[in-house]
Amino acid sequence: MAKKIRIRKHSVVLNRSRGGDLGIGIMLTIMGAFMFLPMLYAILQSLKPLDELWMFPPRFFVVNPTFKNYTDLFRLMNTSWVPFSRYLFNTVFISVAGTFGNLILSSMAAYALSKIKFPGRGWMFQMVVLSLMFNATAASIANFIAMSLLGWVDTYWSIIVPAWGSTLGLYLMKQFMETAVADTVLESARLDGCSEFTTFLKIAMPMVKPAWLTLIVYSFQGLWNTGASIYIYSEELKTFSYAISQILSGGIVRAGAGAASTVVMMIVPIVVFVITQSNIIETMASSGMKD
Amino acid sequence: MAKDIAVPADEMTGKANKPKENKKPVSRKDMSRLQWTWKEIKRNKTAYFLVAPFMLIFFVFTVVPVFVSIGLSLTDFNMLQVPDFIFLDNYITLFLDDDLFIKALQNTLIFAAITGPVSYILSFVVAWFINELPPKFRALVTLVFYAPSISGMVYTIWATILSGDSYGWVNGFLLNTGIVTEPIQFFKNVDYCMPCCIIVALWTSLGTAFLSFIAGLQVVDRSLYEAGAVDGVKNRWQELWYITLPVMKSQLMFGAIMAITTSFGFGAVVDALAGNPSVDYCAWTLTHHLADYGNSRFEVGYSSAIAVVLFALMFGSNLLVNKLLSKLGQ
Repeated sequence: MAKKIRIRKHSVVLNRSRGGDLGIGIMLTIMGAFMFLPMLYAILQSLKPLDELWMFPPRFFVVNPTFKNYTDLFRLMNTSWVPFSRYLFNTVFISVAGTFGNLILSSMAAYALSKIKFPGRGWMFQMVVLSLMFNATAASIANFIAMSLLGWVDTYWSIIVPAWGSTLGLYLMKQFMETAVADTVLESARLDGCSEFTTFLKIAMPMVKPAWLTLIVYSFQGLWNTGASIYIYSEELKTFSYAISQILSGGIVRAGAGAASTVVMMIVPIVVFVITQSNIIETMASSGMKD
Repeated sequence: MAKDIAVPADEMTGKANKPKENKKPVSRKDMSRLQWTWKEIKRNKTAYFLVAPFMLIFFVFTVVPVFVSIGLSLTDFNMLQVPDFIFLDNYITLFLDDDLFIKALQNTLIFAAITGPVSYILSFVVAWFINELPPKFRALVTLVFYAPSISGMVYTIWATILSGDSYGWVNGFLLNTGIVTEPIQFFKNVDYCMPCCIIVALWTSLGTAFLSFIAGLQVVDRSLYEAGAVDGVKNRWQELWYITLPVMKSQLMFGAIMAITTSFGFGAVVDALAGNPSVDYCAWTLTHHLADYGNSRFEVGYSSAIAVVLFALMFGSNLLVNKLLSKLGQ
């Protein structure tokens, strides 16, 4: 029984029929359209002048593209009660401080959990895995009590410090370290007289660059999209995402500015992902759950 | 002659070994388990320094709150007076006397039971399809599928697409082609609201699990496929079933956790599209019920009971699914 072997441009391909390739292509195109068209529509909406936004029948594409919605958005920003730059500052500050702390604490913990055999590492990591199984809303009430005991209600800390202890980044980094950092390398560093801490900082950390980039991206994306928080009342401490949602609820007059603001909001995470994509995929390769 | 040489050699090795024998390595058998653990803890001081800061914050803001919630759910507490222990009364009220809770529970279960499995399967199928593409093209297509899940509030575009007036894109199309005579109130109609929210939730759901699958598929050892072809794997479906899925088991388990946990947390999507509260509470979920009692009415005990139910659902379904998946390929 002779096997059909097809040759693609650079490689020999086994078990692939042309019909199957075509079918997959069609399926991907349909699903891709479902994913992509709304994104494209969001961008096109932000470029439409008011009369095109409110026309019947609605048109998908824009005929007379304009940046008026964006200038409107900036004008709106300047007239808001709290200056818009303040919302933006809040979001940037929270994102940077939260991500920075999470990166440092998670990599220290990930190194210890994956590369040092100490009593307790097993159940500590087990707790981390279990924590991935529920989201923070379930604990939000008790957290509120903790925040008020600490006196952190209505401060940046109520968002920043819990982000330092977020577990997904730690999980990914620990799994990556286990495969990417060879024990023998660490062993020889220790024999050469490096302290455990130097070994961690000078030897292990440079080897897991993809993992810390991934952690930065994940933490940053999560914090960047922080909306209204139950811990924060003061208008001047609220975030960019919250301000955007206020514009979006502004109705017809602000439809243009609203469309522009969603685009502004989505550009940052997308650009960050495009830049770091290959590193993230590399990290994810070791994300599996070993039992 | 040979013997003469052999003797000093023996002596030399004997000497070299002596200091070691004096310092006799401590074996685990020489001491109790507790002593051994204590010795290990002292030896690994640095490790504890390294994990301590993270674990402190993790425990204070994640682990302890879970137990505090469980404790508070057995009390009547309003943040001002001392909690009053009432045992299971909160739960009894929830399940027997709170129609809105039952509604929220139903909606949450429907939401999770659809978005969880569908987004999980979709993530894998799309990742598997993408893996067949040439590498350069792959990155772009990955971005197209992944972008909606990271783009913040961009799902609000669906409020425009499915808008209840004739300016909505879908309604415009339906009116124009004469399928309907007046616009459908997608998010204000009890029949359409949940399905529409579920579609939008699915649109944003190709997240971490999806990336994990993409990465996992890329690192499957090519030689396994060659060996499989020699052993009689005839097409891509058999290849998927007999080789790819078993090899990717660990990724599949991680992806399941991500998909299930996300499937219980779509409250924000519902808020943005259907409003809070939605018409006739048609898309009211446990997250809403929890926030309503916790943050608006400050009935902390009662809302903690809701939190515990939500927690139990997420935890239970995760453990169950992981148990099932761990049987895969055995």
